[in-house]
Amino acid sequence: MIQVRNLNVTFGQGAQAVRAVRDVNFSVAEGESFGLVGESGSGKSTALRVLAGLNPHWTGDAAVAGVSVGQRDDRLPRLVQMVFQDPYSSLHPRHTVDRALSEPLEIQGIGDVGPRVERALSDVGLGPAFRFRYPNQLSGGQRQRVAIARALMLEPKVLLLDEPTSALDVSVQAEILNLLRRLRRAHNLTMLLVSHNLAVIAHMCDRLAVMNRGAIVEEMDVATLRRQEPREAYTRQLLLASRGYDREVAANIVTYD
Amino acid sequence: MSTPLLEVEDLRVTFPTPTGPFRAVRGVSFSLGRERLGIVGESGSGKSVTGRSILRLLPPHARVEAKRLSFDGRDLLTASPREMRALRGSRISLVMQDPKYSLNPVMRVGEQIAEAVRDKGAGARRRAMEMLEAVRIRDPERVFNLYPHEVSGGMGQRIMIAMMLAPEPDLLIADEPTSALDVTVQMQVLAILDDLVAKRGMGLIFISHDLDLVSSFCDRVLVMYGGRVMEERHARDLRQATHPYTQGLLDSLPRIDDDRAELPTLKRDPAWLKD
Repeated sequence: MIQVRNLNVTFGQGAQAVRAVRDVNFSVAEGESFGLVGESGSGKSTALRVLAGLNPHWTGDAAVAGVSVGQRDDRLPRLVQMVFQDPYSSLHPRHTVDRALSEPLEIQGIGDVGPRVERALSDVGLGPAFRFRYPNQLSGGQRQRVAIARALMLEPKVLLLDEPTSALDVSVQAEILNLLRRLRRAHNLTMLLVSHNLAVIAHMCDRLAVMNRGAIVEEMDVATLRRQEPREAYTRQLLLASRGYDREVAANIVTYD
Repeated sequence: MSTPLLEVEDLRVTFPTPTGPFRAVRGVSFSLGRERLGIVGESGSGKSVTGRSILRLLPPHARVEAKRLSFDGRDLLTASPREMRALRGSRISLVMQDPKYSLNPVMRVGEQIAEAVRDKGAGARRRAMEMLEAVRIRDPERVFNLYPHEVSGGMGQRIMIAMMLAPEPDLLIADEPTSALDVTVQMQVLAILDDLVAKRGMGLIFISHDLDLVSSFCDRVLVMYGGRVMEERHARDLRQATHPYTQGLLDSLPRIDDDRAELPTLKRDPAWLKD
């Protein structure tokens, strides 16, 4: 469903050039959930933004369901949609929930708007009462539900998720993760999830790739992650550091270039 | 036993709002010695307001009341603005979440640290260098002359900590000091705090939303919800928490080694906030 071959992204030019993504390869099967995990600056979000068509400067091949994301292909909006990290900035503050959810339908010339909006709201666990509210009348978790509903309006096959719960409280995070798992089953969605949180990836994904400094360090299935048996030292350090504070672990942290 | 460094008894903070008073903190009590005390809770639990009311850094319209709010035997509620200024920074210091917003963008970082040092003059520069070394910045001479936008988030937070520790405070209040950092950098920053508490006998209030982090880093933990302390525990026993709120929070965290299909969601009980 998702094919990425030799993906390279460079920002800036000459001596200032930063290679944000270096020779990245991965593929995700239909209905599979794939995680990209790494620290800040690892290139995980940049790779995701390429697939969302939000980053025009890249080389290599990237395709969703056989459609290259390099051209502005009209089929793409109905194939792939994205949910962003911060629900406080990803919804237009002066558009109602109704307007946010009907806009994709109107752009794509899809009728039957009212019932579709109500169905989308109930799909993400919000009642019809939320339809004419503004984002400032919603909590963070409710906003992220609206953002997820908006991404599903065009019934895409692929959902791209960029740290969808890292701006939320842990109890709200649990609700959103449960919702995403339920929606994935109900709609047979293929998911690509970017997160710095290994536990969230372990909970949500079938397979994952660990990234560092723009490159994929290793790829593994979730069982390997749960057993905490990575192949690479970089991943081992990341796992140790995620377990909580340990003076000895802190003293032995090294930087991997 | 000696008197505790900080005593807080029945702290209440109220903000007036158009829809009536909002009680952000409702009767919080604790005392702190030379130890690491964690305050955990979700957004709106009152944990940050509690930290700020110790320094009296709340907006003027906030009403702060307490049966007792004393630092080193001194009453903080009746202290004059002048007395508070003498305490802030030099004896009680605050590290905030994001160095991007708490460093002065148009001043070299070294000068900002030197400004915090008690004795001004030629010694201040040397002291700033020492502080940069203490927070394990490899090349202090170079970093001293950088502007905040030229340093990474992890280094910015170390610079903040260097600045806050330069006057050798007795109490450090750290409000989500590592939440904006990568886990490996977070570990290194915590190790610095850990050493300073151990070496200097400083008291530390560590405010965070991260239960696992607090339970592994602190000595004692207060769990806050809706402006109240739900329970207080030894940090190491946090997993054995008895209060349904703490249990609910712990259960709702995904874990690397579990394969639960559904995460239990927190059921909030209005009785937790009954007067």
